[in-house]
Amino acid sequence: MAVILSVQGVDKTYRSAGRSLAVLQQINFEVETASTIAIVGPSGSGKTTLLGLCAGLDRVSAGDIVLNGISLDALGEDERARVRNQHVGFVFQNFQLLPTLTALENVMVPLELRGERNCKATAQELLDKVGLADRGHHYPLQLSGGEQQRVSIARAFSNSPKILFADEPTGNLDADTSETVENLLFSLNRDMGTTLVLVTHDLELASKTQRIIRMKGGTVVSDTMENNVL
Amino acid sequence: MPQHNRITFSWIARMAWRDSRRNRSRLFLFISSIIIGIAALVAIYSFGDNLAKDIDNQAATLIGADLVLESNRELADEGQHIVDSIHGLSQSYAEEQSFASMVLFANNGGTRLVQIRALSGDFPYYGELETVPATAGTTFRGRRQALVDKTLMLQFNAEVGDSVKVGEVMFEIAGRLEQAPGQSGISSTMAPAVFIPLEYLPATGLNQKGSRINYSYYFHLPPTTDADALTDGLDSLLEVHRMGYDTIASRKRDTGRSFSDLNKFLSLVGFVALLLGCIGVSSAIHIYIKEKLTSIAILRCLGATSRQAFLIYLVQVMGVGFIGSVVGASLGTLIQQLLPLVFRDFVPVTISSDISWSAIAQGIGLGVWISLLFALLPLIGIRNIAPLNTLRLSLDTPSPIKDRWSWAVYGIIALFIFAYAFLQLEGVLQTLAFIGGVAVSFMLLYAAASALVWLIRRFFPTSWSYLWRQGLSNLFRPNNQTVILIIAIGLGTAFIATLISVQGMLIARVSLSASENQPNMVLFDIQSSQKAAVASLVKAQGLPVLDEVPIVTVQLEAINGVTAEDARQDSTLQVSRRALGGELRSTYRSKLSDSEKVTSGEWIGETADGDTARVSLEEGYARRIRVDIGDELLFNVQGVRVPAIVGSLREVDWNRVQTNFRLIFPMGVIDDAPQFHVLMTRVPDEAVSARMQQAMVREFPNVSIIDLGLILAVLDEILEKIGFVIRFMGGFSILTGFVVLIASVMISKYQRIKESVLLRTMGASRRQILIITALEYFFLGMIAAFTGVLLALGGSWALAVYSFEIPFTPNITLMLLLMLGIALLTVLIGLANSRGITRRPPLAILRKEV
Repeated sequence: MAVILSVQGVDKTYRSAGRSLAVLQQINFEVETASTIAIVGPSGSGKTTLLGLCAGLDRVSAGDIVLNGISLDALGEDERARVRNQHVGFVFQNFQLLPTLTALENVMVPLELRGERNCKATAQELLDKVGLADRGHHYPLQLSGGEQQRVSIARAFSNSPKILFADEPTGNLDADTSETVENLLFSLNRDMGTTLVLVTHDLELASKTQRIIRMKGGTVVSDTMENNVL
Repeated sequence: MPQHNRITFSWIARMAWRDSRRNRSRLFLFISSIIIGIAALVAIYSFGDNLAKDIDNQAATLIGADLVLESNRELADEGQHIVDSIHGLSQSYAEEQSFASMVLFANNGGTRLVQIRALSGDFPYYGELETVPATAGTTFRGRRQALVDKTLMLQFNAEVGDSVKVGEVMFEIAGRLEQAPGQSGISSTMAPAVFIPLEYLPATGLNQKGSRINYSYYFHLPPTTDADALTDGLDSLLEVHRMGYDTIASRKRDTGRSFSDLNKFLSLVGFVALLLGCIGVSSAIHIYIKEKLTSIAILRCLGATSRQAFLIYLVQVMGVGFIGSVVGASLGTLIQQLLPLVFRDFVPVTISSDISWSAIAQGIGLGVWISLLFALLPLIGIRNIAPLNTLRLSLDTPSPIKDRWSWAVYGIIALFIFAYAFLQLEGVLQTLAFIGGVAVSFMLLYAAASALVWLIRRFFPTSWSYLWRQGLSNLFRPNNQTVILIIAIGLGTAFIATLISVQGMLIARVSLSASENQPNMVLFDIQSSQKAAVASLVKAQGLPVLDEVPIVTVQLEAINGVTAEDARQDSTLQVSRRALGGELRSTYRSKLSDSEKVTSGEWIGETADGDTARVSLEEGYARRIRVDIGDELLFNVQGVRVPAIVGSLREVDWNRVQTNFRLIFPMGVIDDAPQFHVLMTRVPDEAVSARMQQAMVREFPNVSIIDLGLILAVLDEILEKIGFVIRFMGGFSILTGFVVLIASVMISKYQRIKESVLLRTMGASRRQILIITALEYFFLGMIAAFTGVLLALGGSWALAVYSFEIPFTPNITLMLLLMLGIALLTVLIGLANSRGITRRPPLAILRKEV
């Protein structure tokens, strides 16, 4: 299978109050196209930082990350924005919908940024898929947490991303809603052939992926394939 | 494949619109800080446009004739020949002799120094002498009747039909003079006019030799004669005969220039209010963008470039900037209806208040541009908002100081302020002085505000009760706008406090003169033959003769042998052309008075026969006419040439009620020249003053009297009128401060709700929360007003010492009252805008607002 994401010798260090703080050290792994992978670990282990680097939201301090054949380190911030818009989808723990846009408009934004036509129809179709066909004109504040996360998933898939990064996608949801969201994520992953990278504390959710990377203290402590999924 | 760069402006505009949905009222509130400034400028621009148009339309009525020739002495044959020649070309001709003199109102014995205008012919040819009754302006001519200025009529409770005595002649008051060509309210306050027919002037006995009379000759030319071409041809001839002239075009030019200067000054004051508003906008947008950080990060995460994110908010700001400017321009157009009322006393034309579309366009253009410019500072920070903020707050926030774009924006702002000020002031030095002045004021306010805030934090009154401490602490809450509010409200306070302070000191100075053992009544125009009799009359009234000084009118004809004609022909000569030919009031004495001190050279009080006089010059005057000790001067003393040498320079205390002179001759030089005398006395009260004036006017009608009481009253009235204009303009600044305050209250509303909910959850009563809020605004208002008053005290000290040369005696009680007033107003405005926070149940508010 082809590799969609390659992480090689990645370090991330922050400078704060004149001191260096190493958050990630020597991270190496590759992710195959259309696979599902979970990054797990305790708080402060560096998993969210790693997700941010993989998605091109931040720059590595050392090493290289290649996403869909593009070395992110060589790109400027606006070029990375272009890569994100064309190849990447995001789902966040706190949904991160634009509060002043309706559900439909939130889903339309990535499409509009790509300069596509018929954004509205495509967005409406995606809202249909996540079961929110009749909630398109509601603002995020008028939706429940589960509904907001479904809108967020519809938005994440709106640009048919090659890879989707999800940061604790069920972290703010109750058990029933979590299940709905999980099912949506995995079914869209299957239907659209999107690679799914999850960052989570939830081992049950992680166990549904094909592969689990465990982190501690900024390093990868294990990288296992999950038999039950395989 | 879809292209990322296909994003169009319409998408940016759509996103700006969508993003603004829940913030429009707040955004508008931020921009409202500039509304007042734009309103001020549009009002002033409109006023300027209308004034220029009115001066253009009414120029002929400003002068009342096509051409006026003027001289301050009776014309010699050659001069009369010029007048006669132009008279020959004219359709009509009129003559006027005007001078200051006392008048006496027969009904109540009231006396006052006025401007007598003795008129012949049908002047004015354009406009009219506006009188009540309307026909009086024409019917008084040829009869023993007078037109009396409305302020005089009011002051002396005189009616049409009463009598007024001018010199030896009693005139019937034919009408109340409302308006004469070229006359403004302020000129009427300073020197109210009484018109009489010229033919009765000799009978008054007031046009004696030595009297200071101005002669005016008015010509109504046929339409085919160009007055300007005529005067161009006569220019040098008129100068030789020391005659001035005015045509409709020259008066239009001069009046237009004066009022264009006034307009530019007002524009700069309005501009300062606008700048204040802009700082408010910048500060508010900075907080707005901080709150938008996550939304911007999401957009960046979804693939929006930094430029697109920046443009979305730029379009928002421009949109609300446009709306704010339109509102400001509309408000300005309304305010402009009031300006003619504010300025009517200063302007000699009837001001219209038509809508000026060019002023509105300028105001809106300026508003959009300036809101954009000042919003750019916080907006360019958007470029640095990392998409990582969607996951966690970025640890690396680039410093705006290191951002070269920030510096570029600062540069553009500085350039814009310079360009705007330069357009108004038209001089690099003046522009730099203005910008320097504004910058220093802002910096002083900023420094004072920061220092006060620092001091409060450093020496926080931990022993105070909780409510007081919390109110004080609220000034330092995150995203506070304490410093900008202190600057805005402080600057407005400084304007008004400086005005009050200087006005008070000027009045106090004049009053002080009256209270000390100094003369408070000046009698002048006393002929040599009347000197002894006038002194006797003063003494007969039981009053002292404190000083008696002869006054001789002289002209400076040459400096070191260079005449005005030489200076005109050779501009390289280092001689002040303006000094040559002008008239000087001089005196002769053997000793200097105690208000003068020789600073260089030596004062010799007597000149022996055959010696050249060694005159003494006031040092400022000597500097102006560029002469020094030993320079040779040639004077024309009413036809007789008198050479002199500069023997000494003097420092003169002009603030004393005393006769002071720029030029003093020693005894033995001009003692026999035509002269008049000034006598000074001190009257104990108004009743004695009135009795003395009545007696003097009856016995010596040509003698003019200045009563310090009258000066005080006139000064008070003039300062009141000027003060109103300054308060009006300073009001814009204060208003801007309060709009910034309202915006700031709104910005921090969410924080306040959270605090309020927290406090109420912990058991605080609504009253306690209200007290905390009131105290917060009280501290804010007090600190702002205190800062403003500090600046005002500094400013009025500088004005008192360097400009007016009066002792610095601030009215501290008044300043404290002003501070308290501003603080209370701040509390009222703050509380009025916080009502929603304390009135409703906390949870209901949270649900609604969050």
